[in-house]
Amino acid sequence: MSAFDTRRLSALVRKESLQAVRDPSTLLIAFVLPAVLLLLFAYAVSLDIRTVRIGVVVESPGASSQQLAAAFAATRYLDVTFAHDRREVADRVVAGELRGFVVIPQDFEQRLAERSGQPLVQVVTDGSQPNTANFVANYAQGVVQTWRAGMGGEVPSASIALEPRYWYNPELESRRALVPGAIAIIMTIIGTMLTALVVAREWERGTMEAVMSTPASVVEILIGKLLPYFALGMLSTLGAAALAIFVFDVPLHGSLAALLLLSAVFMVPALGQGLLISSLARNQFLAAQIALFSGFLPAFMLSGFLFEIDSMPAPIRAITWLIPARYFVSSLKTVFLAGDIWAVFVPDLLAMAAIGAVLFALARRATRKNLEP
Amino acid sequence: MAAAAPLPAAPRGQDRDTAVVLDGVEKHFGKVQALRGLSARIGYGRLTGLVGPDGAGKTTLMRIMTGLLVPNAGRVTLAGYDVVDDNDAIHVASGYMPQRFGLYEDLSVMENMRLYAQLRGMDADRHAGLFDELLDFTRLGPFTGRLAGKLSGGMKQKLGLACALMARPAVLLLDEPSVGVDPVSRQDLWRMVQALTDEGMAVVWSTAYLDEAERCDRVLLLNEGELAFAGPPGELTGSLGDRSFRLEEVGAERRAVLAEALDLDSIGDGVIQGAGVRVVLRADAARQQIQALADRVDARLVPVAPRFEDAFIDLLGGGPGGTSALAERLPPVRLDSNIAVSCRDLTKRFGDFTATDRVTFEVRQGEIFGLLGPNGAGKSTTFKMLCGLLKPTEGEAHVVGLDLRRATGAAKGQLGYMAQKFSLYGLLSVRQNLEFSAGVYGLEGATRRARIDEMIETFDLGRWLSAAPDALPLGYRQRLALACALMHRPPVLFLDEPTSGVDPITRREFWTHINGLARKGVTVMVTTHFMDEAEYCDRVAMLYRARLIALDTPDALKRGAATDDHADPTMEDAFIHLVESADLADEARGEASQ
Repeated sequence: MSAFDTRRLSALVRKESLQAVRDPSTLLIAFVLPAVLLLLFAYAVSLDIRTVRIGVVVESPGASSQQLAAAFAATRYLDVTFAHDRREVADRVVAGELRGFVVIPQDFEQRLAERSGQPLVQVVTDGSQPNTANFVANYAQGVVQTWRAGMGGEVPSASIALEPRYWYNPELESRRALVPGAIAIIMTIIGTMLTALVVAREWERGTMEAVMSTPASVVEILIGKLLPYFALGMLSTLGAAALAIFVFDVPLHGSLAALLLLSAVFMVPALGQGLLISSLARNQFLAAQIALFSGFLPAFMLSGFLFEIDSMPAPIRAITWLIPARYFVSSLKTVFLAGDIWAVFVPDLLAMAAIGAVLFALARRATRKNLEP
Repeated sequence: MAAAAPLPAAPRGQDRDTAVVLDGVEKHFGKVQALRGLSARIGYGRLTGLVGPDGAGKTTLMRIMTGLLVPNAGRVTLAGYDVVDDNDAIHVASGYMPQRFGLYEDLSVMENMRLYAQLRGMDADRHAGLFDELLDFTRLGPFTGRLAGKLSGGMKQKLGLACALMARPAVLLLDEPSVGVDPVSRQDLWRMVQALTDEGMAVVWSTAYLDEAERCDRVLLLNEGELAFAGPPGELTGSLGDRSFRLEEVGAERRAVLAEALDLDSIGDGVIQGAGVRVVLRADAARQQIQALADRVDARLVPVAPRFEDAFIDLLGGGPGGTSALAERLPPVRLDSNIAVSCRDLTKRFGDFTATDRVTFEVRQGEIFGLLGPNGAGKSTTFKMLCGLLKPTEGEAHVVGLDLRRATGAAKGQLGYMAQKFSLYGLLSVRQNLEFSAGVYGLEGATRRARIDEMIETFDLGRWLSAAPDALPLGYRQRLALACALMHRPPVLFLDEPTSGVDPITRREFWTHINGLARKGVTVMVTTHFMDEAEYCDRVAMLYRARLIALDTPDALKRGAATDDHADPTMEDAFIHLVESADLADEARGEASQ
């Protein structure tokens, strides 16, 4: 390997930067795409449940059942349609107008009086949307419990009263958790996808062959590729963070320095993965496909960004340990919503750096300075 | 050209005149053997031609010499360095211009030059003199700020050359530098390379154009990965002796005469040259047979100087016979009108760029009509409008009397089209390709089966039926493409660069079929960048800067370029002459209008 030459490196960096600035698609991916993604996650994708439309079928004419029905109507999260026959609302559930219904049965007063442990009401939910169905079921139970408690202490009182408090995100606004996560997705796209694409483009256009025939070494060529995209990734992160904080009102409880450090370290595995892909795929289409399946989708689904890792089946949970975005998402959420908690950051930083080192070593081994297939 | 090359202390070895030593070089990719035991030497101060048809192994050898591929066996040294062990030194000692334009299209001319200067360890500011020299040398001075992607094919190659010349390498390797370059720019490239070898540089120029071999000092002739010949091109051509002849003024009968001549067992090779037929006798064959043929058709048989291509075909054991089994089977074409294809004021504009500017011509039935021109002259655009693939902005075009603007579908049914690179479906078998094209042209039932069987028999495709087209030898792939284009027996055949990337023998077989078709009355429209192939055409339309600058028989075009000291110009000379006159006329007009 010829000696590392900073002049050659700076020539390559300059070339790559000029290309990045002149290529509208690069700027589109680095700056417009993040803005669109953030906008989507901030407004369009919401995991919060507000005013779910349900039916309440009051079959019993008694006073208690009227009271219970009124309790349903009074809640903040349900939009109640009353009916006296379950067939009326059943059709509307089928039509998708209602998410479920609660039946206050004919013998409600009797069941209430007997306290036999028989269920008081029947809850029917639309299982095609499991999250909402769960919510409707639980919430309906909750309404009944609360109402019964209000009836006058006849309920077997629990020895401990639960009063939940949600830390870090008191209003349980999903935007606050999603926007920091979206930054991880954006960084993956820039680090992995863009890098893989620009290297593949050089193979496609034949410029790689020309550069390889010069005295520039593989390390110089690779670093010359990475530095500009590292800078681009950091700029994009800053832009996305600014958007998140100032436009979408996501608080940054931690420090900007910590955010930048986390992002910089996350770029190591992201770029390493991009390089590895580019050493395997020498055309842009293939590179984009591999980057999509090995970089973007795992970062999207297995990082804990959208779906909680703890609720995944064990084998999938094991896989998430290999996904660098997982560590980044966890730290990002911490730095935005909780603050600079180094007990969380340090293991995450170490894990990202370790995965990055492995990917770089693999990429370095897979990239030779020749055209052997 | 005086730059400090930071060449490490060179163990140049015993022989100071030898730039490259190839010793038993073998290279295979999987099962494909690309190079078989190649041994040769390349000297300094000389232009060495690496000549051979596509797929002969030229690019593989180039990449091995420049250290980008590792030979499976054998040894290669360049400027005294082993290409495998001293890989870094190779990159310093050699300048390499890959086949595909290896420069950054979104960087300007100057930015590209600076990049390669810095990669080769030069400081652009300290070597300002060299930059000026290179820009002057390549005549790129006025275009330093232009993006490389916006340059013409010729200018791109010159820029590539300038970048490969940074830091003055001892050995310059140029992989097919003349592909996609018009004859005028090609002259420029030759001039530049000549100047470099005069200074002592070793220059290797790889090419599939056999006529370029004659301009090299030495030639390494490759065929199927083997060295078929090494030495001065004159030596190989000279070995042919007095076996090349021309039947002059054969006129309208030349296609029949060529077919007959090629079927003679004393004739190894033959081509059409304007109104004449050029033939090469087989080794130790007597000239009685061809003399008898000449007497019968009342043509003069004159000996002519042998060409490198003659010698190459001879080396390979001669070309194919002259009878086209395909044309034999075809019923003669009869059209209502004598005009098969015509266009008037045909114009195509893309935005404010005019690709074709008021082109008018008529093609007679049974004619072979050539469209020639440098890259970007509007050949393809004109061609595509004539076969209904592009809509003209203005003007009209007719195929067998059908207006292409109104009856596009009907007109398309009357023409066969063979696109560049054959455009076969790689994932379909040979039979499926045939069935597809039969289906797409609306053949059904018994006719369809009969036609497919006929094509299989004519082109001897029987044993390849279940193979993928890519697995076929090149010659068979070409036959298949031709079979697909002719399945519906069209009276007009459009061929877009049909022989690019095809070896000379396969090209000859192809022209045998085309000549046969023309004799049956099929009208053939063809674009080509092989200048000598223009000789097969009855008439040639020369396009330059979107305009038709000449339309005549090949002989008349050549006569126009004849001068006192150059009495017998080639088609290429004629081309250069026409383009230069068009440029002069443009300048004159420009001055007049000012």
